Amino acid sequence: MIASADHPGEFLGYPRRDGRAGTRNVIAVIPSTGDASGVVAQVQRLRPDACCVVHQAGAAGPLADLERETLAGFASNPNVAASIFVGLGDPDDPMAALADATRARGGQACAVGLIGEGGWDAAVARTVEVYDRAAAGAQDAVRRPVPIASLVLGTECGGSDAFSGISANPVLGRAADRLVEAGATVVLAEVTELIGAEHLLIERAASPDVARELRELIARWEAFALRFGEDLGGDNISAGNMAGGLTTIEEKSLGCVYKGGSTPVVEVVGYGQRPRRRGLVVMDTDGHDISELTALAAGGANVIVFTTGRGTPTASPIVPTVKVASTTPMAERLSTMIDFDAGSVLSGVESLAAAGDRLCDLVVAVAGGRHTAAELLGQRDFALPPLVSSVAQ
Amino acid sequence: MTAASLLVIDPADSVAVALVDLAAGTTAATVEGVTATTLREVPRGHKVALRDHAKGEPVIKYGAQIGVSTEAIARGDWVHLHNLATVRGSTHDA
Repeated sequence: MIASADHPGEFLGYPRRDGRAGTRNVIAVIPSTGDASGVVAQVQRLRPDACCVVHQAGAAGPLADLERETLAGFASNPNVAASIFVGLGDPDDPMAALADATRARGGQACAVGLIGEGGWDAAVARTVEVYDRAAAGAQDAVRRPVPIASLVLGTECGGSDAFSGISANPVLGRAADRLVEAGATVVLAEVTELIGAEHLLIERAASPDVARELRELIARWEAFALRFGEDLGGDNISAGNMAGGLTTIEEKSLGCVYKGGSTPVVEVVGYGQRPRRRGLVVMDTDGHDISELTALAAGGANVIVFTTGRGTPTASPIVPTVKVASTTPMAERLSTMIDFDAGSVLSGVESLAAAGDRLCDLVVAVAGGRHTAAELLGQRDFALPPLVSSVAQ
Repeated sequence: MTAASLLVIDPADSVAVALVDLAAGTTAATVEGVTATTLREVPRGHKVALRDHAKGEPVIKYGAQIGVSTEAIARGDWVHLHNLATVRGSTHDA
C-alpha cells in the first residue's frame, strides 16, 4: 500500500493555493542575472537556511528566454513558499519580469534592486529583511494530508555503471509504476539516453499526437548530434558494454528508459516546462546532471530519484533528491551519500518488485519530510541549461 | 536461504540476467523461483534464455524487444552477440 500508515493514499505535504503540493517549504533567493550573484552569496552567509542559488545568466543573449522561463519555473516550484529575485534593477534587468512570471505560475515572488535600495549593503540588508518576513510567513504553512496524486517524481541517472540498467533503474521503474498507478506523475528526461529504445517508447505513446511529439523530439536531437559528427541513431554500444553482457543498443537504452517504468507516455514537455497531465511524461533535457535537476525542478517535480553507479554527489537545492546506488559495495563505501541500496537485487536476496515497493515507500516518506542524504550533507546544486539545450530545440 | 543467481527484470522477459558466473549445467533460480539450467557457461551480467526461441524470434528483456535471434536458441543457452542481433540499423545509413 502506497501511503503513510495513518493516511492511506496520502502523504503529509504543503497544499498550495493552485492545488499543487510542496514536499518542502523553502524560501529561494535568486539573482536575476549572474551579475547579482555576489549579493545572493552574501545573503546566504547571513541566512544559512535560505535556498540561495547563483548562476551565470546575462540580461540578453541566445539563451535569455529559456533562462528566464527556467528561473521562473524554479521559483514557482511547489516546494518554494516564496522567492526573492535580486538584481541591479536598471531598465534591462529582468528581476521584475521574473517576479511577475513566477506569480503567473502560481508562486510568490518579489524583487530587490541595488539601484532602488541605494547600493550593495542596502540591497543585502533589504533582501535579508524580506527573507525574514517570508520565512516567518512560511511558518503558517503546515503539513497536511494531500493525495499521492500530487507527487511529481523527477527521474535521473548519472555516473551509470554496468549494473545501473539491471538494478537501480529497474527498481526505480517499479516504484514509478506504483506511483503512476496511484495517480502521480513521473518525469523521464535526458533525451540522448532514450535514443536506441525510442521506437519502443513511441509504441507506448498514449495518443498519436504524443507519438508524433516523441518522434520529433528524437529527430531534433539526432540531427543536432549529427552536426557534431555523432550518430546517436547508430549501434552505439561499446566493447566494454558487450563484455559486461549487453548485446544490442535497444537493450542498453532500455536499461535507462526502464527507470520511468512501463506505463503509457501521456505527454511530452519542453525543458523545464510543467506537465499538464498525470502519468508518465517525457521532458526534453540534455544529459548534464545539474541542469537536468534544474529542469525537473522548474517543471514542478517535488521529489527526484537519482540512480547512480558511482555515487554522483549532486542534488537540487529545493527538491529532495533521493540517491539510489546500483551496487551494495558502492552504497557502503559512500554510505552518507546514498539513500537506497538497489544492490540487494544483484545479491539475489530481494526481488525487483519488493525493492521497488521499498523505494516507493521511501519516496513517500521523503515527500512527507524525511530528509535525504543530500539534504543532510547540504548538497545544493544549480545550473541553467547549457547552450546545447537551446540549440537542439 | 540460498541467494538467487538469476534476475528477471520484467515478467514478460524471455531471458534472465546471470547474477554470478554460471558454469555449464548449473540450475539457477530467481528470487521468485523462475529456473533455468545452463547449456554452457554464462558470465555474470550476461543473459540466459528462459525459453526456446526459433531463429528470427523477438528476444524480450525489460518487457520489450531487444533484438531477434539469429539462430535457434534453446532454453538455458547463453544469449549474446553470436545468436542475438539488433533490429535497428543506423537511422542515418545511406
